[in-house]
Amino acid sequence: MTMQGETEMAAKHLSSDRSAQRTDRSVQWEAVIGLEIHAQLATRSKIFSGASTAYGAEPNTQACAVDLGLPGVLPVLNEGAVRMAVKFGLAIGAEVARRSVFARKNYFYPDLPKGYQISQYELPIVRGGRVTIQLDGGGEKEIGVTRAHLEEDAGKSLHEDFHAMSGIDLNRAGTPLLEIVSEPDLRSPQEAVAYAKKIHTLVRYLEICDGNMQEGSFRVDANVSVRPAGSHAFGTRTEIKNLNSFRFLERALAHEIERQIEVLESGGAVVQETRLYDPDRNETRPMRTKEEANDYRYFPDPDLLPLVLEEAYIEAVRAELPELPDARRARFVSDYGLPAYDAGVLTASRELADYYEAVVAAVGGEPKLCANWVMVELGGALNRAGVEITASPVGPEALAGLLRRILDGTVSGRAAKEVFEAMWAGEGDADAIIEARGLRQISDAGAIEKLIDEVLAAHPQQLAQYRAGKDKLFGFFVGQVMKASGGKANPKQVNELLRRKLDAGG
Amino acid sequence: MHERTIAELAHGLRAGEFSAVEVTEAFLRRIEALDGRLNSFITVTAERALEQARAADERLRRGGGGPLTGVPVAHKDIFCTDGVRTSCASRMLDSFVAPYDATVVERLRDAGAVMLGKTNMDEFAMGSSNETSFYGPVRNPWDTERVPGGSSGGSAAAVAARLVPGATGTDTGGSIRQPAALCGITGLKPTYGRVSRWGMIAFASSLDQGGPMARTAEDVALLLGAMAGFDPRDSTSVDRPVPDYAAELARPLRGLRVGLPREYFGEGLEAGVREAVEAAVRVLESEGAEVREISLPTTPLAVPAYYVVAPAEASSNLARYDGVRYGYRCEDPRDLEDLYMRTRGEGFGAEVKRRILVGTYTLSAGYYDAYYLKAQKVRRLIRDDFVRAFEEVDVIAGPTSPTTAFRLGERLDDPVTMYLSDVYTIAANLAGLPALSMPVGFAGGLPVGMQLIGRHFEEGRLLNVAHQYQLATDWHRAAPPGFE
Repeated sequence: MTMQGETEMAAKHLSSDRSAQRTDRSVQWEAVIGLEIHAQLATRSKIFSGASTAYGAEPNTQACAVDLGLPGVLPVLNEGAVRMAVKFGLAIGAEVARRSVFARKNYFYPDLPKGYQISQYELPIVRGGRVTIQLDGGGEKEIGVTRAHLEEDAGKSLHEDFHAMSGIDLNRAGTPLLEIVSEPDLRSPQEAVAYAKKIHTLVRYLEICDGNMQEGSFRVDANVSVRPAGSHAFGTRTEIKNLNSFRFLERALAHEIERQIEVLESGGAVVQETRLYDPDRNETRPMRTKEEANDYRYFPDPDLLPLVLEEAYIEAVRAELPELPDARRARFVSDYGLPAYDAGVLTASRELADYYEAVVAAVGGEPKLCANWVMVELGGALNRAGVEITASPVGPEALAGLLRRILDGTVSGRAAKEVFEAMWAGEGDADAIIEARGLRQISDAGAIEKLIDEVLAAHPQQLAQYRAGKDKLFGFFVGQVMKASGGKANPKQVNELLRRKLDAGG
Repeated sequence: MHERTIAELAHGLRAGEFSAVEVTEAFLRRIEALDGRLNSFITVTAERALEQARAADERLRRGGGGPLTGVPVAHKDIFCTDGVRTSCASRMLDSFVAPYDATVVERLRDAGAVMLGKTNMDEFAMGSSNETSFYGPVRNPWDTERVPGGSSGGSAAAVAARLVPGATGTDTGGSIRQPAALCGITGLKPTYGRVSRWGMIAFASSLDQGGPMARTAEDVALLLGAMAGFDPRDSTSVDRPVPDYAAELARPLRGLRVGLPREYFGEGLEAGVREAVEAAVRVLESEGAEVREISLPTTPLAVPAYYVVAPAEASSNLARYDGVRYGYRCEDPRDLEDLYMRTRGEGFGAEVKRRILVGTYTLSAGYYDAYYLKAQKVRRLIRDDFVRAFEEVDVIAGPTSPTTAFRLGERLDDPVTMYLSDVYTIAANLAGLPALSMPVGFAGGLPVGMQLIGRHFEEGRLLNVAHQYQLATDWHRAAPPGFE
């Protein structure tokens, strides 16, 4: 009790300027973080029953006798969930267990119909993989994945709207989950986010999880402790739950690390407990301590035989694997000559990478120009509108049509942005918009020379000053010519022709 | 009518000697008249039975129907029946009506059998005397002051008293064989995985197996033929063809190697039981079997291992009865904890609670290795024992139960003695082997059963041996006085 009180006091006394404190202390304390990620597998039916897994149905309409835990019912393993777990294991270079075992995790809770959750305990299906994350300051780091195991989700308890009672919705009960447990290899909230995003990207590339964090399809719990820098022993850890966005993950970890440091620096001890992150107040608070923890009485589920996978099955799944994010990123660098940063952004999701490659193919080259447009113009528009790449109103073919007009000199880069906005608004393809809005740029040398002559004739005084050595006036002339053309003259040509004319005259 | 076996009834129905409705009415009348003395039924489904009988007659008239069309059966009240209460003899499920049929129920119905009702049993199949039922004890038709055995005591008593020609039971540690022995009928626990557990309320999942109970081995074979087979809804059911059990019955016993485990004839075995079993062994010998003594040295480990594994699984299987979704719920719970405590405290009987406590303890952190894991290792040793024995012999024979039927109340306060009722039957469950009990005489006017244990999936062999024995003897024809 006193410990808890002190902890909260300490948290309240935190300086408002946390980042400054963190900088001061970074030499003294090191955070140690491991993540447990629950990825809901994208099967149509549940892991042990034929009921639908679709999200958002009326409560208790997608729970069959098995999900309700009626007497006499039995679980039958969904092969689709197994296949997805195997895909994940292969994608992270893990050992896919030839034999894994489902166990019962026993505890009482109203949204747990059988009084136990079927999960894998001692013998999980995926053991010992790794993923590579890209660090903020450049460079890479390998993060170990201890294990990934299959399990069923519980239902939901609804505590509002029931007048001092709780409602139970069992639609989610029996939904397949892959719990992915990392090694405590992460050393900062930023690394934790990079790792979580990496797993998020991976499960979506593999099409085994829709990654929707709002709907709870991708849930992250974090185990975190701090220790004096240079120490190899682990500090006492806390587990943070309810982290349903990457931003919350980062903020919750930052807060919790600060809190633990405060506790330790004020002479206290961190209590091993589960803490809940409250995004509204940006703080974590205790949920339950280890002393209250359940004894789950795990034992192998006698209703399910050990899951035995043949070599041939695993190889067949391996053959189905798509190109994975790391490989694709490397290929974008080597084949398209993109900077590593661009390649990373463009391969963050399979859909974005597919889009980009479709643009490059349609343009027939110019990968850097394509990358800039996909990342900057298209990416910005998608962000502003809150639209997924798959729902973009401007498809890759259409965007390529615009880029071709930049490349052949039909429009200037500036005009192209206007064309893009019109395309986004649904005004038609690039060519139609260029014509309708008269955005075609003037590239006729004769026409431009005529404009230059007119400008020089209209500004004899400036011409004289230029010729007397006031070089800076070159820009003035360019501006006047562009203005005279209504902005449509090809600026590169204007520069060349003006330079030639002024130098010849000298 | 009621003296006819299933085989005779099926034959008469097909020959048009009588109708399914007549058969059904005859047995319903017997239940009505006589079950007050036995309490072997929890629910009698007369209307539904007559409806099914009329449908059976219609099929028979058209020349269709299977081997069981029009034959009445009763189901142990552990098998879920769509639209008919399935109580498991517990207050917890007194109001529970499943929205589905157990596979066993479905298959027997598809074979044309007519369901007369649901039979009494020990609560959640936990007991060896049928005294733990929420609906009161079942009485043994051979002496109504005595227990019928358990947990399938209602099925055994009803079949013995000719209230129904055949019934289903379940056997986790002897719950088909021991009551079959104590009531003087034939009952078979099939190989684990032979009969689907879908819709059969779980006690100890790795041991539970449904099976048939009837007066003769031939009838048991007919019922098993309908019940057995792979079921995709039960992951532990085995995908293996079901042999024609009836066709195997006729095989002579010449050359059959019968093993008598010396451990099954030691201390604790009543003299009368021993004599009857030894006499039965001599009959098998006279039929051409070669009898030899064998040893199953792990026999003393079976009961202790069983009473770790079964309660452990039960403690988990019975967690779902929490008052939240269905079944019994205490009045006006104050909060969640109160709901759980009183629902389970009031909904379960003493023996069920005892086993939940034991099982919860043995699975607890720090005890798991010493109890559950160790028991599973013992289980493998027991299985190895049998595998070795079956290199020498084809079937293993011995007493089913160390005693004949005991008096009501005699062992209720002495769980260990009660648990020893199953000392010879438990090993077959731990090893997953098929085992049968058949009547082989009387001791003190009470039936004695002999157990036959076979290799995995050799139910046909056990039924063959029992049938040949029954061709040579009349014990299976004896009817309890007052129930002839």
